[in-house]
Amino acid sequence: MRSLALIALFAVVAAILPLFITSGFTLNLITMVLYATLLGQAWNILGGFGGQFSFGHAVFFGTGAYAMAVLQMKLGMNAWVALPCAIVLGALVGTVLGALSFRYGLKGSYFALVTLAFAEVFRILSNTFEFTGAGVGLQLPLQESMAQLQFKSEPGYLYTVLVLATISLLIAWWLKHSRYGAWLTAVRDNEDSAAALGVNAFRVKLTAITISGALMASGGAFYVQKFHYIDPHLAYGSAISVEALLAAIIGGMGTIFGPLLGATVLHLLGELTRNYIANAPGVSLIIYGALLVLIIMFMPRGIAGLFDVKAKGGKR
Amino acid sequence: MLDPAILFPSILNGLTTGAVYALIALGLTLIYGVLHIINFAHGAALMMALYGVYFLHQKLGIDPYLSLPIMVPAMFAAGYALYRGVIGRASHGKDENILLVTLGLSIILENAALYFWKSDTLTIDTPYTLATVNIFGAMIAVPKVVAFAGALVATAILLAVIGGTSLGRAIRACAKERQGARLVGINVDHVFAMSFGIGLACLGAAACFLLPAYYVNPQVGNGFVLIAFTIVVLGGMGSFVGALLGGFLIGVVESLGGLMLGESLGQIGIFVIFIAVLLFRPQGLFGAKA
Amino acid sequence: MLAAQNLSISFGGLKAVSNVTLTVPQGKITALIGPNGAGKSTLFGLVSGFLKPNQGTVAFEGQAITGMKPHAICRLGMTRTFQIVQPFAQQTVRENIAVGAHLHEPNRAAALAAAEEVAKRVGLADQLDKLAASLTIAGRKRLELARALATKPKLILLDEVLAGLNPQEVGEMIPVLRGIRDSGVTVFMIEHVMQAVMNLAEYVWVIAQGELIAEGLPREVTSNERVIEAYLGHGTAARLRGKEAVHG
Repeated sequence: MRSLALIALFAVVAAILPLFITSGFTLNLITMVLYATLLGQAWNILGGFGGQFSFGHAVFFGTGAYAMAVLQMKLGMNAWVALPCAIVLGALVGTVLGALSFRYGLKGSYFALVTLAFAEVFRILSNTFEFTGAGVGLQLPLQESMAQLQFKSEPGYLYTVLVLATISLLIAWWLKHSRYGAWLTAVRDNEDSAAALGVNAFRVKLTAITISGALMASGGAFYVQKFHYIDPHLAYGSAISVEALLAAIIGGMGTIFGPLLGATVLHLLGELTRNYIANAPGVSLIIYGALLVLIIMFMPRGIAGLFDVKAKGGKR
Repeated sequence: MLDPAILFPSILNGLTTGAVYALIALGLTLIYGVLHIINFAHGAALMMALYGVYFLHQKLGIDPYLSLPIMVPAMFAAGYALYRGVIGRASHGKDENILLVTLGLSIILENAALYFWKSDTLTIDTPYTLATVNIFGAMIAVPKVVAFAGALVATAILLAVIGGTSLGRAIRACAKERQGARLVGINVDHVFAMSFGIGLACLGAAACFLLPAYYVNPQVGNGFVLIAFTIVVLGGMGSFVGALLGGFLIGVVESLGGLMLGESLGQIGIFVIFIAVLLFRPQGLFGAKA
Repeated sequence: MLAAQNLSISFGGLKAVSNVTLTVPQGKITALIGPNGAGKSTLFGLVSGFLKPNQGTVAFEGQAITGMKPHAICRLGMTRTFQIVQPFAQQTVRENIAVGAHLHEPNRAAALAAAEEVAKRVGLADQLDKLAASLTIAGRKRLELARALATKPKLILLDEVLAGLNPQEVGEMIPVLRGIRDSGVTVFMIEHVMQAVMNLAEYVWVIAQGELIAEGLPREVTSNERVIEAYLGHGTAARLRGKEAVHG
């Protein structure tokens, strides 16, 4: 129950920060860290807990983003109604992708490649069709009111993504304390053994990718509301896929707070790089890439692994 | 639209483009076939090779085709060093880790290129860049025809090396049975590093053939990566002939797709094939069951 | 309880299991023995759903299960272990066993508690919080057994659960296995350790080169000529008889 208390603490602290911090820049940074946490946790559910590494998670992000934009702009839906629709659509894409991939037994590299291929297909499609704005993308009209899930000031967005991020943390907590979570990590660690113990690996993986898709889509939907713009490259490009997996892996796969730690480290590093090394495009990404390589080589359990007493044989 | 006068050049163009794709995929095939790793850094490595050919031409005035003796060994060395220094030490026995490490390398390389050379798209001018040759009535760019020949030669060389030399035997042994190879005294790490080096050397050659007809910018690798993977999977992971034929097939599909569906949607044929092969025939057209 | 009928499977031209018919009786400990590569584990794979037979059928408690998926067969009450142990390496012993317990127990806390109970039965109580990867071979074998027991099976298939154990460890495991049978679980085991087979098995089948060559009580089977030949080579039985005649 200690982790549950920690999640509550995190939520409360993040919630009261805007009362003390007035710098728009800092608040925005916190918002982006929470946003990265959400994306990372989405990847973590499938990759960290489930052991299925996706390199094309943008496919869910873009679906949520475009759904949010299209439903509001072309169908006149209210943002608060469009949000759950976007999430459900993300879940649906997850289920379909998962059903195809897992039905045909795709694992490891093959699975990573197929997710990448799907993201590319979606990118090309969204670049072609009129209703997604083709290459130009979609610009969400400015309607700064809470009724439209848009805010004049930063704290509004902070609270929105805080709710989503907290939900994602709770889902991770649930995975650590439920039968389903035990099944999922069993499938990750040894699918044959799990099957021999009565675990339906296909259904377990399918559920994981559905939840993961839903969470990732919520991130995409949030992105559209905050930045008012989406295009094929932003939606389905590899940048988003990489951002999601970076946060989860650097922070610690298969842990509750890994994505939060990873998101914080990445953004802090980004700021440090910008201020003290070079304010040029690509520099912080070089650092991220190097960090990924170093973590995999020397600290595969990520930052959270440093705190894990269990690994050293102690009691949990 | 099914007029032979339009179809024929489209198919020929597809074949020559496909040859370049095949050159890129050949290296990836070797790396996958031997090390059983998907090298996500392949596209970034190609991009670096392209910059190499570019600067050799711009700063030293060396013709791209004459850069072959420079680029191929250089890329080989880089590949060997990369494997020995980073990739080989990161696996910890899990395939997934190699995926991530090569992904990390590609991020580093791509953004380093972005930092040093900005995002400008660069091309080179050679006397034959715009030259075309008439093949049965179709006008095909000369660089592409040279690339076609290059791909055939490269495949033949690779087949000869892998099939005929003692290194090739060692490579095949390590590919089939790592532990057994170790037991008979083969330095597996060295052989793997050699294989990775040869794989990247193929990229060096591909870059020399590619740049005259194409361009370079930091993102260029991304476009080729997925196509290369598609070809490797389609041809059957580990088969050079498969990669060559797969390259031609993909090149033609892309060309015809572009013809019938337009530039943007045309590429979708490739990825649909990719997904279909992964799902329904993962051993490809020529590979053994994985 | 478990009825295999004319089971056959080939791998690329090699007949790994050929026309095997046997019926495992309920409530007893029975064994499947045979030389290396005879097809014993393959047979386990066939009856537990990991392999699809080219020919033949499998039935469990009267219900046809040929071609069913492993997890479904487990849910019916038959659980198998693996010859090459496959623990959930990065999880603790308790968590490993709990996965098995969860088959019948949806509540996490209850499953973890059940895991502790099972661990005590097989002698792993003092290692509950260790990572599975840090266990010795004997420990991992016990873990493999514990996980399977946690699923509360009616029939448990043990694939060389004693392999790699020293004689003392084997001696410690024999009463454990007997205890499992006494608690109402039917045990069908593949074993090489003859001490255990003679001690525990109430009926034995012998497989060689994919075919059933003998069956019966342990004592009958081990003095069967065909069995001796299968293990020790063609002509051995005659040579042994010859030696006996000379040394009388």
